[in-house]
Amino acid sequence: MAGYPITPSTEIVERFAHRIPLLGGMFIQMEDEIASSIAILGGAWGGKKVMTVTSGPGLSLMMEHIGYAAITETPCVIVDVQRGGPSTGLPTLPAQADMMQVKWGSHGDYEIIALSPNSPQECFDLMIKAFNLAEIYRVPVFFMMDEVVGHMTERVVIPEADAIEVVERRWSKKPPGQYKPYELNGGVSPEMVKAGDGHRIHITGLTHDERGYPAMNPPTQKKMMARLLGKIRDNRDQLTDVRTEHLEDAEVVVVSFGITSRVAGPAIEEARRSGVKVGHLRLIVTWPFPVTLIQQLAQRVKAFVVPELNMGQMVLEVERAVCGKAKVVLVPHPGGTVHEPQEILEKIMEVA
Amino acid sequence: MSDECGSCADTCDAQPSTLIEMQNPVMSYLRQDRIPHIWCPGCGIGTTLNCFVRALEESKLDLDQVAIVSGIGCTGRVAGYLNLDSFHTTHGRPIPFATGLKLANPKLKVVVYSGDGDLSAIGGNHLIHAARRNMDLMVVCVNNFTYGMTGGQVAPTTPLGATVTTMPFGNFEPPFNLPFLADACGAVYVARWTIFHVKQLARAMKEGLTRKGFVFIEALAPCPTLYSRRNKLGDGVDQLKYYKEASIIKNGCDTKEVGISFQSQLIVGKFVDRERPTWLDAMNTHYTGHFGDKYQTYGGDNGQM
Repeated sequence: MAGYPITPSTEIVERFAHRIPLLGGMFIQMEDEIASSIAILGGAWGGKKVMTVTSGPGLSLMMEHIGYAAITETPCVIVDVQRGGPSTGLPTLPAQADMMQVKWGSHGDYEIIALSPNSPQECFDLMIKAFNLAEIYRVPVFFMMDEVVGHMTERVVIPEADAIEVVERRWSKKPPGQYKPYELNGGVSPEMVKAGDGHRIHITGLTHDERGYPAMNPPTQKKMMARLLGKIRDNRDQLTDVRTEHLEDAEVVVVSFGITSRVAGPAIEEARRSGVKVGHLRLIVTWPFPVTLIQQLAQRVKAFVVPELNMGQMVLEVERAVCGKAKVVLVPHPGGTVHEPQEILEKIMEVA
Repeated sequence: MSDECGSCADTCDAQPSTLIEMQNPVMSYLRQDRIPHIWCPGCGIGTTLNCFVRALEESKLDLDQVAIVSGIGCTGRVAGYLNLDSFHTTHGRPIPFATGLKLANPKLKVVVYSGDGDLSAIGGNHLIHAARRNMDLMVVCVNNFTYGMTGGQVAPTTPLGATVTTMPFGNFEPPFNLPFLADACGAVYVARWTIFHVKQLARAMKEGLTRKGFVFIEALAPCPTLYSRRNKLGDGVDQLKYYKEASIIKNGCDTKEVGISFQSQLIVGKFVDRERPTWLDAMNTHYTGHFGDKYQTYGGDNGQM
């Protein structure tokens, strides 16, 4: 892990620095988030699983390396403990306002994966999933916490190590001279090697061919982009991971993620007690967005209610998937605290 | 072959046909499928690369264990031509990438090869901190006093008074004295040579490859297309003549005194050569002291954890 202190994510690097010396891993506090975000990419090509941790302003500084990780297909996990923004904003208070930034913040077209935990237990469980997905898809995987989840204290059950499914890196078995860094050999992304294995690889952020050599021309760009985007877009439905409640008879669906899902819960229960048929769709994987699932639901429900700790981000994705077939209502929040369940309840009752 | 060659046939065991097919020894270190390179006629980067390859050869290092990391710019293309594990990273960030690479696989010899703009402007923060930490990296900084790839803008190394596109009436910003900067931040080896000094530059690179810790080698190289042309300094050959005539070799010179002014004298040499624990050695020593037997040396088992 490479990191740089930033509220409200700092406890993660502090804990990591404290624990890692006796676990055989590596932590370095770099000089800034730019350095952290590329030191981990060097670490990945040195053969290790890597992560960094940050919050809004730090995430903004990391953006160039999201693109570099995407084009070089470097597996990495980036934790974003979201705080109120823009700019320095509300350093110690929650928000969910970086959702679009992680998807679109680096220049050019690219795809990433994002997970949104809502509890300490999920921070444990989904972090393993995040590393596994990074290995399978070789994209940056974002771990979209927020200040409240980041500072929450709850019981966490840690399973036995052998009960944890860990996806190891797919190392190429090809002899030096035959390995091409960007040639598919089964799987959704190419096999990897590390520096020092004798393959004499070349890795570049320029548009490249299967050898990894720069080839700055439209046909190579077209081929490379099709694969970089396709490995996520073509597997969107397999990547979809949601938790559902009361969806069977739902006429109204609350779409939530992260901490907001825990505030939506009481609102949904209250509405159901009043006789409203409302269900809950909680997104675990927020990117890629579960377009197919929302499309299917839009065929049979009246309305979607989307509470989020921002002024309207993931609601745009819901609207895009619903495509006018049902009503979509945002429950915005500028950040700094979480919604009152009452605000969500009111919107449910309005559209019911 | 001419008659002269045949005339010494009894003393010369070279076969004429072998001579014709003989390859430049440098070529085996290059990705020949990526040649020709992009550099302009008279550019000095290729000369530094030649010196580096000779240094690699003489260092006897296992080339499978040498990785090269470049940033963006004309010198940033070096990584793409060397037949090593090679990484062409983002602008200004080869040092932190190299830091991650080295710490993940400590048995690698990691060389950062980039330009003055990449390493000392956008990457300046990383340069000073890697030197402060004594990260075990060799940094080769090719200094051509300007941004070549983007067309010749002012760099933190552009001498006062020199004309560049974003200082069209002459540069009024004082430049960095890079050896002084690296020295002050704690580099264990600091040298400067020009591409006129190919033997000395290759030797410095060889020494750098065998040192442990943060090594900084500044290689002065002309940019005839942009810097020299705009400043009416002639072509690559004229710049070599300048390097030859203006250079004064002062090994061990106080780095405070090696700043460069426009077409001034150039103090070259090996300025710093000292020992200091690397970041990784300091960490291992410190944790061994703190945790005792519970701590397993990181990278100890040949770098494979």
